[in-house]
Amino acid sequence: MKRWLALHAAAVYAFLHLPVLILAAFSFNASRFTVWQGFSLRWYHAIFQDQQLVDSLWNSVIIALAATVLSTIAGTLCAYGLWKRGSALLSGSLYLSLVTPEIVMGISLLALFQWSFRWLHWRLGLHTVILAHVAFSMAYVVIVVAARLRTFNPTLEEAALDLGATEWQAFRYVTLPALLPGILAAALLALTVSFDDYVITSLVAGVDSETLPMVIYAMARRGASPVINAISALIVVIFGTLVLISDRVRAS
Amino acid sequence: MKPGWERLRAWFLLPAWIWLWALFAAPFAIVIAYSLLTRGAYGGLSEPWTTESYHRLLDPLYLEIVLRSFVMAAATTAICLLLGFPLALFISRSGRRRNLYLQLVILPFWTSFLVRLYAWMFLLRDTGLINTILERLGLIHIPLPLLYNNGAVLLGLVYGYLPFMVLPVYATLERLDPALEEAAADLGAKPWPTLLHVILPLSAPGIRAGSILVFIPALGAYLTPDLLGGGRTVMIGNLVQNQFTTARDWPFGAAISVGLMALVGVLVVLALRRERESLV
Amino acid sequence: MEFILELRGVVKHFPNHRAVDGISLRIPRGGFYSLLGPSGCGKTTTLRLIAGFEQPTCGDVLLNGAVVNHLKPYERNVSTVFQNYALFPHLTAAENVAFGLRRRNQTDVARRVREALDLVRLTGKESRYPAQLSGGERQRVALARSLVLQPDMLLLDEPLAALDPKLRKQMRLELKEMQRRVGITFLLVTHDQEEALSMSDQLAVMNAGAIEQVGAPPEVYLRPGTRFVAGFLGAVNWIGGIGLRPEVTRISRGQPSNGARFRPATVTGSVFLGNCVHVLARLESGEEAVAEVSRGECAYTAGERVHLCWNPSDEMIFP
Repeated sequence: MKRWLALHAAAVYAFLHLPVLILAAFSFNASRFTVWQGFSLRWYHAIFQDQQLVDSLWNSVIIALAATVLSTIAGTLCAYGLWKRGSALLSGSLYLSLVTPEIVMGISLLALFQWSFRWLHWRLGLHTVILAHVAFSMAYVVIVVAARLRTFNPTLEEAALDLGATEWQAFRYVTLPALLPGILAAALLALTVSFDDYVITSLVAGVDSETLPMVIYAMARRGASPVINAISALIVVIFGTLVLISDRVRAS
Repeated sequence: MKPGWERLRAWFLLPAWIWLWALFAAPFAIVIAYSLLTRGAYGGLSEPWTTESYHRLLDPLYLEIVLRSFVMAAATTAICLLLGFPLALFISRSGRRRNLYLQLVILPFWTSFLVRLYAWMFLLRDTGLINTILERLGLIHIPLPLLYNNGAVLLGLVYGYLPFMVLPVYATLERLDPALEEAAADLGAKPWPTLLHVILPLSAPGIRAGSILVFIPALGAYLTPDLLGGGRTVMIGNLVQNQFTTARDWPFGAAISVGLMALVGVLVVLALRRERESLV
Repeated sequence: MEFILELRGVVKHFPNHRAVDGISLRIPRGGFYSLLGPSGCGKTTTLRLIAGFEQPTCGDVLLNGAVVNHLKPYERNVSTVFQNYALFPHLTAAENVAFGLRRRNQTDVARRVREALDLVRLTGKESRYPAQLSGGERQRVALARSLVLQPDMLLLDEPLAALDPKLRKQMRLELKEMQRRVGITFLLVTHDQEEALSMSDQLAVMNAGAIEQVGAPPEVYLRPGTRFVAGFLGAVNWIGGIGLRPEVTRISRGQPSNGARFRPATVTGSVFLGNCVHVLARLESGEEAVAEVSRGECAYTAGERVHLCWNPSDEMIFP
């Protein structure tokens, strides 16, 4: 049976990874057609020539960083608070936000913002996207940090109190350092999820806050040039590297 | 719990409570309110409060979309289970390489979902790689319509949600006492009966968890049917998006969303209740 | 086919570790046998080699006269009671017991299960799940599950380790009685010498992957073949190269006159153990010894000069 399992595993892994690998391979294709005509970096050069692309990339980075900072802080504190004493309402809502289809999250946030336009004088823009990203990435952060907390020995905090620390100090100097790898992993996850989001972002972004996924979507829809292949390859490599680094950091 | 900890906890949970009420509950409440209003003359909303949008849901046209979404989600879950369970089993038995194989499952998750969908478009479209290769080999003369149909959408859904099935199943398998498998062998069970009578029943919690994590998002999927179905495979997610953009019928879109969320709520409660029972 | 189990020069090497380093053993049909040794001595590995969960690096394992090295566990007619019982949590007690029977497509399952549960005195608990049973009850389900298959041999891997002390003593008698009643050969693996001594017809003492001695309990205890065996089966006073059990080491104030050997010593303390007293003394040669003395004898005080004495026939001498 072991042999069957191994064969099956190989097939499934191929299914999961080949498409993107092929896509990346063709990013080096000199021709714009699906026939290989030599090695070329022209599509990579083309990325930086497209102003719309570059602007959207910049937007994506800003949004991702801002949303990650906010959701990581809020999520970490939340995970810790729930670890002290649970809250069915909070845990249930976080789980619900995780399984809620993106389209529903997107339109409900859009509805919220539209409604708020009556009272606050603002429009859809970077800020609404950032808020939306915080909304859907909270659950991810809480899950990752909560998992890390489960391996933390609570007696250490008691020891800290015994030695004269206040509760806050116990958290700050004993628990927080121990949680750091988990927090970093959570931040990386939030960053990735935010950078990649299309559905929710497309609904709550304003006219001048186009993100990279939105541009990619438009290009995919148009059936455009292999520039997408190049962008895709870059995204895969960059995030893949970040994950590997974060893993090494966590392992040490 | 001591008062000092309670205070710290209260402060720490404050941002999360703000998130819950402002960014989670309030939006849903507003959507529910929208679902009970009427479509304005130029799109947007207008006064008469009515349940008309919900009645429209019962129109056979829309019921067909709901049915299709259900069938798609169910098929996706079933295929993910068929593909994912053996993979999870393989990883749980892979000894030292276990982390590597896990990473290989998680890795796609870190890759942009949009990119992954586009990869299939690149492979499946008329001028895509598969058709090009088949034509070059002389096996076909006109391109096969691999893209923009139900099959492609199903493929995309399975492709996208497979890791969500593998990980919970793996988590359960990993916690199984290896002595149970040895006991089964000791009592005369060969590998396949052991799988059927011991491993599979004991993986039920993981299978349930994985099924929820696949079925519900698949039910409300938007991007996959949009890109791989090309507008021909309309699922609930596409319908909602449509109401909020081109059709500009917010009340109707809201009603569909509320219906979908009600369904999600019911499924989640049912699934969680099974969990508690098995913990007794 | 007089021997139910035979190990011929069995060796098992793991990448970093020589678990079993050449073991030969023969166990006749019927009776209660033990493999005794400290943790890491290879006894559990030996058990797994017999059950089929490991294959020997060299040597042969024979069951009923046939070499079974490459037979899978489900092809061998031996059954194992695991250390933590390995009961299937999703099946009731009765279904657990029925498991092996169903794999054989056995007829008459219900009756056999009932008889097995009666044998271990668990009637009435058939529909309980393992989580709802106590430790002792779980062990009995594990026994019933294995015995119902009527194996040639029953292997028990530290079966009493997970029970609390009082229950352990009671279970020793029950297991011994069960073996007598059922007639199947039992092979028990343990690190508890009291367990091995009280239950076995014969025991094998293992150390560092090899068997140091095989014999009936009194023989192994009173006439140990090596220093290791002597030290593992009980306390030993090492005096000038010979070994003496504390219970045969006596103390007297004057020189004994009845032909006993003796050495002068100074009392260093005494420990009250309830049923007896252990008097600790140091000989002039520097060795420390313990003498077991009955409660009634007058107390010895620290610093007192006494004589340690013993019968020459009680000496344990090693080459």
